[in-house]
Amino acid sequence: MNIHEYQAKEVLKGYGVVVPRGRVAFTADEAVAAAVELGGKVWVVKAQIHAGGRGKGGGVKLARSLDEVRALSAQIIGMQLVTHQTGPAGQLVRRVYIEEGADIARELYLGVVLDREASKICFMASTEGGTEIEEVAEHHPEKILKEWADPAVGLADYQARNLAFGLGLQGASVNKAVKFMKALYQAFVEKDCSLAEINPLVVTGGGDIVALDAKINFDSNALHRHPEIVALRDTDEEDPKEIEASKFDLSYISLDGNIGCMVNGAGLAMGTMDIIKHFGGEPANFLDVGGGATTEKVTAGFKIILKDPNVKGIYVNIFGGIMKCDTIANGVIAATKELGLSIPVVVRLEGTNVELGKQILRDSGLALIPADNMADGAQKIVAAVSGK
Amino acid sequence: MAIWVNSDTRLICQGITGAAGSFHCKQMLAYGTNLVGGVTPGKGGTLFEDKVPVFDTVAEAVKATGANASIIYVPPPFAADAILEAIGAGVELIVTITEGIPVMDMIRVKAVLKQSKSRLIGPNCPGIITPGQCKIGIMPGHIHLPGKVGVVSKSGTLTYEAVGQLTALGIGQSTCVGIGGDPVNGTNFIDVLKAFNDDPGTAAVIMIGEIGGNAEQDAAAWIKEHMTKPVAGFIAGVTAPPGRRMGHAGAIISGGKGTAAEKMGAMREAGIEVAATPADMGAAIVRAAERKGVALKG
Repeated sequence: MNIHEYQAKEVLKGYGVVVPRGRVAFTADEAVAAAVELGGKVWVVKAQIHAGGRGKGGGVKLARSLDEVRALSAQIIGMQLVTHQTGPAGQLVRRVYIEEGADIARELYLGVVLDREASKICFMASTEGGTEIEEVAEHHPEKILKEWADPAVGLADYQARNLAFGLGLQGASVNKAVKFMKALYQAFVEKDCSLAEINPLVVTGGGDIVALDAKINFDSNALHRHPEIVALRDTDEEDPKEIEASKFDLSYISLDGNIGCMVNGAGLAMGTMDIIKHFGGEPANFLDVGGGATTEKVTAGFKIILKDPNVKGIYVNIFGGIMKCDTIANGVIAATKELGLSIPVVVRLEGTNVELGKQILRDSGLALIPADNMADGAQKIVAAVSGK
Repeated sequence: MAIWVNSDTRLICQGITGAAGSFHCKQMLAYGTNLVGGVTPGKGGTLFEDKVPVFDTVAEAVKATGANASIIYVPPPFAADAILEAIGAGVELIVTITEGIPVMDMIRVKAVLKQSKSRLIGPNCPGIITPGQCKIGIMPGHIHLPGKVGVVSKSGTLTYEAVGQLTALGIGQSTCVGIGGDPVNGTNFIDVLKAFNDDPGTAAVIMIGEIGGNAEQDAAAWIKEHMTKPVAGFIAGVTAPPGRRMGHAGAIISGGKGTAAEKMGAMREAGIEVAATPADMGAAIVRAAERKGVALKG
C-alpha cells in the first residue's frame, strides 16, 4: 500500500526522523493559511499524488511570496499531473503540501529495501541525491553503498557510520545521520514497510540531516496490525475496479487490453495473460480469484470484468486444486444472470469437480465456448474477439 | 526414488482443526500420506477423523508420534510463530501453505531457520508431492503419475498445469515441489535443483518461475555450472506491468529488474529449454530430454 509524501513524513517524524515543517492543503486558501502558519519567506508547493517524478512533471514549485503560494497552489490543485510513473493520462492532483524552504548544502540518497536473496533489510545510500537510484545502479553501481541489518540486532551504529562516512559527511553531521538512519530503520520495521526512499536526503547549511522527500510503501500482508496505516489509504489514487476487487479480497489489476481474464492462482493468471498475448490478443486484466474462493467471490470478480467497457471477450481459465470447478461455474452464471452477457466467453475447466462444473455450464443455456486446454482456450478467445 | 518425502515420511499438521487444515488433511489421508498427528493449542487429547491424535504443542506431537515433517495451515498472523515452533521441535521438513505472512515475520523466521537443521518449504505454496507415496499440500492428487520428471515451481496452479500436461503425455513425476511466490521463503530453486540432480530417480526437471527477484537467474547460473540432467522452464509474467504486485507478494518488477524477458534470457543462456507458453511445458521437457538422449518414461 502507498501513501502520500506528507503522510510518510508524519509517520517518520513520529520515530524521530527529521523532516521539514509542512501543512497539507486542499484549496488555495488553505495553502495560503498553511504558509502563514509556517512563517518564513520561502515555501515549497508540492503536489501530493502517489506517483514519483512529480518535480519533473511540474508538480513541485518554489513560492517566494504568499501571492505565489496562492497562484501556484491554484495552478497545481486540479491539474492532471503527468510523470513517468502515471502513464500518459496523468493523475489528478487533489491536495498540495506546503513546506518551509530548506537551506540545501548537499543532496544525497537513502533507500531502505528488502534484499530477497539475503532475506534482510538493506540500506542503500548514494551521493547522487535527486537522481533515481535505478539510474545510478545502471551507470555508477560503485556509487551505491549498502549495509544489511541483522534482524536480531537491527541496523548497528557502525553500519550507519559506514554509510555516513561513505557519503562524505563530517563533524556533527555524522552522528545526526546515524540517528536519522536508526530512526528510519525502526519506523521501517515497526510499521512493516516494504520500501522507504528518502530522495533527496539533504545536508543543510548548518549540517543538519533532513528528509526533503519521503516515499514509503507498506507490506499489504501486515496491514492487519496497522489500522493507523490503513486509515491513510487514499482511494482517489487507485483504479475503481481495483478498489471494488479489494472489497472482495480479490487480486485484480487493470490492464490496457480487451480480453478479460478470470483465473485461479497468481502464476496461472499471469500465464493466461501471457498466452493470450502469444496468440495475438491483449489481456484487459489480471484476476486471481484465489484458491478457496466462494461463489460470491467468483460472482464479484466476473462482474468487475463484465462491467469494464474495454472488455470485448472473457477467458475463464481454471485448474482447480482447492478451487472447485462447480464453484466457478455457479459464479459465472450468477454474474451473467444479473448483468446479462453480450460478449463471447471461453471457459476452460480442469481439476477438482471438473465434470460437475462443465455440466452446470451446459445446463445453464448460456452461449459459452468450451475449451479443451489452455492453448485451445486462448486461441478461441483471441479469434472470437477479433471477429474471426 | 524421489526427494525429501516418500512413503516413510511421518507427517503432522499444525492447524489440523481449522477449515483449510481439516479439509486438506482428509485429502492427504485419502491419498495415503502417513499423517500421524495434528497440533491445535487447546485441543490436545482429541482425535481427528477418529484416528489421528491431536496435541497442544508440536514438541509433544513429535515426541509421541516420531513425526519428521509438518504441514502448516495456520492463519497468516500466527503462521510465523507456528514455523518457529516446528523449528524449535526439531522437525526436519516444514511445509507452510499459508498465504499472506508479513515479510518482516519471515525475515525473523529465516534468521532462526538458518541456525537450524530444519528445511522450510514455502510459505504461500501448494506443498510437495511424491506421486503414489506422499502428498503434503493442497495439490489435486489425482492428476499426478509416479515417474521420473521433477517439477519445481513458484506457482501452484502452473505446477498443476505442468503436471497435467506430463500425465497426459504418459510421463510421470518423481517429486513436485512448490517453493511459493513470497519474497522471503525457505527453500529456493537451487536447493531443489541440487536435490533433483543428486536423485537417481529423477531424469529431468521442469522449473517454473515468475517475474520478481533474482532467484531464476541464480538458478540458471547454477544449472549452467552443475546440472547434468535436462531442464525445461517457463517464466510467467511477460505481460505484467512494472511496479505492480501480480497476486504473489514477490511477483513484482521493480526498478526495471526481475522481468520475464531477463529471466528467460538467463535460462536460455544456461541451456534450458524455455517453453513458449504455459501450454508448452510438457512438450518442452520432451524436447530437452530428446536432445540429451534421456528417456522420460519407463
